Amino acid sequence: MLLVVEQFLNGLQFGLLLFLLAAGLTLVFGIMDLVNLAHGSLYMMGAYFAATFVAWTGSFVLGAVMALGATLLLGVVLEFMALRHLYGRDHLDHVLATFGLILFFNEAVRLIWGPAGLALPLPSWLAFPVTILPGIQYPAYRLAIIVVALLVALLLYLGVMRTRIGMLIRAGASNREMIGALGINIKLLYTLVFGLGAALAGLAGLMQAPILTVQIGMGENILILAFVVIVIGGIGSIRGAFIAAIMIGLIDTMGRAFLPNLLRQVLNSASASTAAPALSSMLIYLLMAIVLVARPEGLFPANRR
Amino acid sequence: MTSKLNVSSLVAALVVAGLVLLPVYSNLTGNIFILTLFTRIVILALAAVSLNLLMGYGGMMSFGHAAYLGIGGYAVGILAQEGIGSGWAQFAVAIAVSALYALVIGALSLRTRGVYFIMITLAFAQMAYYVASGLARYGGDDGLTVYKRSDFGGLINLGNRVQFYYLCLACLLAVVALVWRIVNSRFGLVLQGLRSNEQRMQAIGFPSKRYKLACFVIAGMLCGLSGALLANNTDFVSPAVMYWTRSGDLMVMVILGGMGTLMGPVVGSVVFLVLEEVLSQLTEYWALIMGPLLLLIVLFGRGGIMGMLGRVNRG
Repeated sequence: MLLVVEQFLNGLQFGLLLFLLAAGLTLVFGIMDLVNLAHGSLYMMGAYFAATFVAWTGSFVLGAVMALGATLLLGVVLEFMALRHLYGRDHLDHVLATFGLILFFNEAVRLIWGPAGLALPLPSWLAFPVTILPGIQYPAYRLAIIVVALLVALLLYLGVMRTRIGMLIRAGASNREMIGALGINIKLLYTLVFGLGAALAGLAGLMQAPILTVQIGMGENILILAFVVIVIGGIGSIRGAFIAAIMIGLIDTMGRAFLPNLLRQVLNSASASTAAPALSSMLIYLLMAIVLVARPEGLFPANRR
Repeated sequence: MTSKLNVSSLVAALVVAGLVLLPVYSNLTGNIFILTLFTRIVILALAAVSLNLLMGYGGMMSFGHAAYLGIGGYAVGILAQEGIGSGWAQFAVAIAVSALYALVIGALSLRTRGVYFIMITLAFAQMAYYVASGLARYGGDDGLTVYKRSDFGGLINLGNRVQFYYLCLACLLAVVALVWRIVNSRFGLVLQGLRSNEQRMQAIGFPSKRYKLACFVIAGMLCGLSGALLANNTDFVSPAVMYWTRSGDLMVMVILGGMGTLMGPVVGSVVFLVLEEVLSQLTEYWALIMGPLLLLIVLFGRGGIMGMLGRVNRG
């Protein structure tokens, strides 16, 4: 029981982080029709910025805010310098160009911060266990991640559903040519959306940083998961991304935690302990394959035409 | 496919001539390293040619092509470990399993299109990657050492560098010729028709999915062959050859050289891998140059190297 609650919360927390990453990706994908493989690099940069600024200022919150600003700025610059010229091009061009950007970012990080990973210490005021249910304790920092991510998700929902800019974003996701024709400054909107996506990726990176090591290539693994999320959720749909992200987070974490024991019931323990991690990593892709075979446009397609 | 001499076909001919004469150069200068490097290049060029059949002519953007490199490699590695050293058996299994895998995932993936197709092929390749990581008996994450290269009796000795290089080159040229035959056959014309307008082809009465699936399977088999050669080249196979960045590398080679041109992927592989080698000797931080270079090629060099050469030709 204790383990189930704990793993459920871990899965929820991971799912929410995935959502932060996937929200930016799905917006950029849905509105600009841009496949941005370098989104994972922004996640990585967020973590590196946070590790640097926190060490520099000595304050977690201040460092995190600065890192967030820096990732936002990086996203805007990236959009302005490179990605803007890729809109309207073939998806394959996007894949190639942003693949090049991944190489660039990984190498730039190696040049600046060195090949060894960084560690971002847990903020001391969050490094204590919280009793969530009688007899069940959970780290406060992980709870804080859940709260912050839920808050951001709510803000994003309100921002997209209730404000004028959000309305334009939704309009852009369903018909790009039309909102351009209606006299909206589409270039500015694009830069804005990209910056927002970058900041969300940076936020995910910096919140994850104290739990994992900050290292080169940390963006690649999670990027693919984020892509799986938006494909399952339906490209361009924030609601789909949210539901799919929570699903993936829970399946991934619970699979890792409980599959070994389940497999041990049927296999001998040696082969179960090697097969289980592989099988639980596969579960996600299996889910995606099943969803795509059954509903080739994802669960919540944003623009039905 | 005109017989008129133009810049791009001249370059293609030069590349082939260079590849054929390379062991002579290596032998004269005693530079063994270059032969090892080019063996790898020729093998990966073979994979790129097969991906080009899929992307350039079939219009199917597979982001999971590296899976076949792993399948071919593991077929050799696993059979060798189990005591079946015959190259005929190993290569036959490598190609057959690749075909089977392509048939299954192709049938499922072809239900989707566009970006969804890119992502679902990626998902299947990642699944293959994790299956390989879970093969505890065959090294799991750490990979599998191939202690003995495929044995083709007295016919050819894969342990001999030059013989192995020429075997790889012969495979590459045979596959290029095969692709050329396919592209110009009725089957290939239907494929290219499907690439330009699937709806219209369906309206004429072509069963589009069956044609595309056939193309998917052929490309998979050819890449499986490349995987079997690759395992022999490195004497090692690990899940890392199936990782998604490897599929990305293959796509880069195809697009860099020129998608939908016969020799483009070969030229692209040579340029990409030689550039990688040269830059990494020049500076430890080679990717710092390689990354932006790819971006520039996409932004300004439409149609890849063969496309640019074609434009030079037209003036």
